[in-house]
Amino acid sequence: VCIHRVRSCSSIQFIKSKYVCVFDKSALKFSHHQRLFRTSAVSCGQIVQFKLSDIGEGITEVTVKEWYIKEGDSVSQFDSICEVQSDKASVTITSRYDGIIRKLHYNLDEIAFVGKPLVDIEIDAAKGVAPAEDVVETPPMSHEEHTHQEIKGHKTLATPAVRRLAMENNIKLSEVVGTGKDNRILKEDILNYLAKQTGAILPPSPKAEIIPPLPKSETVPAAPKDKARKIPVPVSRPIVFSGKDKTEPITGFHKAMVKTMSAALKIPHFGYCEEVDLTQLVQLREELKPLAQLRGVKLSFMPFFIKAASLGLLQYPILNASLDESCQNVTYKASHNIGVAMDTEQGLIVPNVKNVQVCSVFEIASELNRLQSLGFAGQLGTSDLTGGTFTLSNIGTVGGTYAKPVILPPEVAIGALGKIQVLPRFNDKGEVFKAQIMNVSWSADHRLIDGATMARFSNLWKSYLENPASMLLDLK
Amino acid sequence: MVLQSLLKNCLQLPCILRTPKAGFRSTTPGGLIIQSVSNDVYQNLAIEDWIHDHMDLENQQVLFLWRNSPAVVIGRHQNPWQECNLRLMRQKNIKLARRRSGGGTVYHDLGNINLTFFTTRRKYERLANLKLVVKALKALRPQLEVHVTDRYDILLDRQYKISGTAAKLGRATAYHHCTLLCNSNKFVLSSVLKSPYKGIKSNATPSVSASVKNLFEEDPSLTCETLLDAIAEEYATQHQMDPRITLINPADETVLPGINTKAKELQTWEWLYGKTPKFSVSTCLNMVYKGSVLDVKVNMDVKHGRIEACSIDLPEQWLPPALCGELVKSLTGSRLCPNETTTLAMALLRVCPQDEELHSRWNLLCENITTLM
Repeated sequence: VCIHRVRSCSSIQFIKSKYVCVFDKSALKFSHHQRLFRTSAVSCGQIVQFKLSDIGEGITEVTVKEWYIKEGDSVSQFDSICEVQSDKASVTITSRYDGIIRKLHYNLDEIAFVGKPLVDIEIDAAKGVAPAEDVVETPPMSHEEHTHQEIKGHKTLATPAVRRLAMENNIKLSEVVGTGKDNRILKEDILNYLAKQTGAILPPSPKAEIIPPLPKSETVPAAPKDKARKIPVPVSRPIVFSGKDKTEPITGFHKAMVKTMSAALKIPHFGYCEEVDLTQLVQLREELKPLAQLRGVKLSFMPFFIKAASLGLLQYPILNASLDESCQNVTYKASHNIGVAMDTEQGLIVPNVKNVQVCSVFEIASELNRLQSLGFAGQLGTSDLTGGTFTLSNIGTVGGTYAKPVILPPEVAIGALGKIQVLPRFNDKGEVFKAQIMNVSWSADHRLIDGATMARFSNLWKSYLENPASMLLDLK
Repeated sequence: MVLQSLLKNCLQLPCILRTPKAGFRSTTPGGLIIQSVSNDVYQNLAIEDWIHDHMDLENQQVLFLWRNSPAVVIGRHQNPWQECNLRLMRQKNIKLARRRSGGGTVYHDLGNINLTFFTTRRKYERLANLKLVVKALKALRPQLEVHVTDRYDILLDRQYKISGTAAKLGRATAYHHCTLLCNSNKFVLSSVLKSPYKGIKSNATPSVSASVKNLFEEDPSLTCETLLDAIAEEYATQHQMDPRITLINPADETVLPGINTKAKELQTWEWLYGKTPKFSVSTCLNMVYKGSVLDVKVNMDVKHGRIEACSIDLPEQWLPPALCGELVKSLTGSRLCPNETTTLAMALLRVCPQDEELHSRWNLLCENITTLM
């Protein structure tokens, strides 16, 4: 079914057979094919001036602060049109009509006058003028509507938009309690009724409502007349998906990722993965957690991972280096500023712990606490975010086993830690025991790092963590 | 109609004069007094939204009592950069909230009580509400010199503002809310309500500052609880109802379906900052670098809280021009947010030569620019 709306009624192409054109009858003589929805005195495409209604308290002028619609937009009754302000009162002006906005009478920050036109709305020909609601109005307007109802010749219990809404949801208007003027049924009443039925959450504003499908021909949607049938006949109507693609500019965090990752593309990555048995470390951390708590610090596994990495970097300093732009020189960084990838509300951020090579595990834990709280509050400073030389990403706290991390330039290596899983493993005696296994996935810059170096570093790091006591030997 | 049955399970807190009745009477014509058990400003504002959107106030008016932990609440059409010290608020963990009603900026803490009068649009009458409050205060302490001004403020001793007002009118319902200073921290109040951001040109609704005083200072026996009770009693009297306060929990979706979505919306960046009317910033940063002071002119046009256009005028060759160009390009379209700016600037640094001098200059510039946010 196709609906054509024609602005000027004088010259019309009469389309027959499959199409039904819904025009206003008064302007044209229709043949017997059509059955129209209503008799209405409104000719098609009538432009109505929607006047600014009374605000109360004798206020005569307001300032227009925000427009929710623009010229050309279509609106339904009760949709928000604009926000005006008067003397500390903010007023949401909603539309009284269904139609298309044709003119905005004021710009932002202009003074608007009560009783004067606010917007011009072109009324949908098929629908007619919606009756007045609870708002106090200037007398001439209400008189028009009153006359209008007489012309219609029958009592209006609900506006056309409300009737359609009820129809779509198979609701009998007689079952709905109207809370509008003269017990008129308003859209909210239908929604309330629906909510009670389905337990659904009520939409917060008139905007977020069920968008009615394209108006179809007069064939009434099939209500299950046959009560004996248990399965209701599905209503045949075109499937309408009212979702729309949404395009918005990317935030600073995403932009930062774009910049960083585009630069990382230039680095030829190779990956190297390994499995680490953290059974002993898990136990050690359990013992040390309360001690750290006494000092006011939350102890996770990261401080151990970070310290072990630093010990490894002492033996393999090339992993803590940087290659210059032209790949002519390599700089071996003296400080181990180990970056920790952090997932905040706004996105990925990588602050680093400075000089891990001279920090104790406790000091690292304490610094991590500080960076974490600043990170979540969105208050990390420039020094926290620059100068990193090596990065660890504990994606395992979210989930996952193996990963393929991307190196953050100007660094040359990165490690992604998976989650700790309890898995069966064999010990020296060939017995099966419960092991706490975590996977690590390293990525390194193959222009500078070779596989053997990465493997040896990884082995060393792994040995420190599998046997934490061995860290004591090499701690400075 | 709807709320009655939903509130059946709510706790009831009697005023000091009456004993509680079991259960909820089916209809209390006239009025309903509710008090929030939460001190979260977003949840409480969400309750206001919920009542405004969902309650039928034809036969029943509502008085809503609430208090918040430290927060700065700006009006619907205001500019937070113009109104308050966002930097200080971040440091002190004081929240920023934007309400849906108009008016100016206020500071809330537990020493401030908030009253919201809900009526139908027709019965919206701010003066009557404020007179009710004054009547309640005078009933408590007849010698208290309080009166309502034509700006809808309540003044103590003819000079100190103890209450500010704002209102929201919807299609069928309206609400008028106001603050009341009982025992608020005036020191924090004055420091957070002073904006350090210079060079802002904006059409946003400006606040009118006033000297304030706590009722507690006038009479130490005037605590928040005492005042809440007195106002509730006066409201009950005027609406010919039992002085009973119903407690309401904004985290309860069963009583207030959809409330959590409302509370979340009030915390989004788009609402808090994005609703700021268009404005421009034109200022000069004085950066101190190695003993000398550098003047950096910064201009920004901000729309929907995002930098539409910006320019940064640095002394020639102080930083590679290409890099500055990259920064300006990155900032364009980004939010006016120090966290985002810092992250962007630091990301740009990754692809630069590892020059310590360059890095320290860049960090200095970045730190200074974020002071504008």
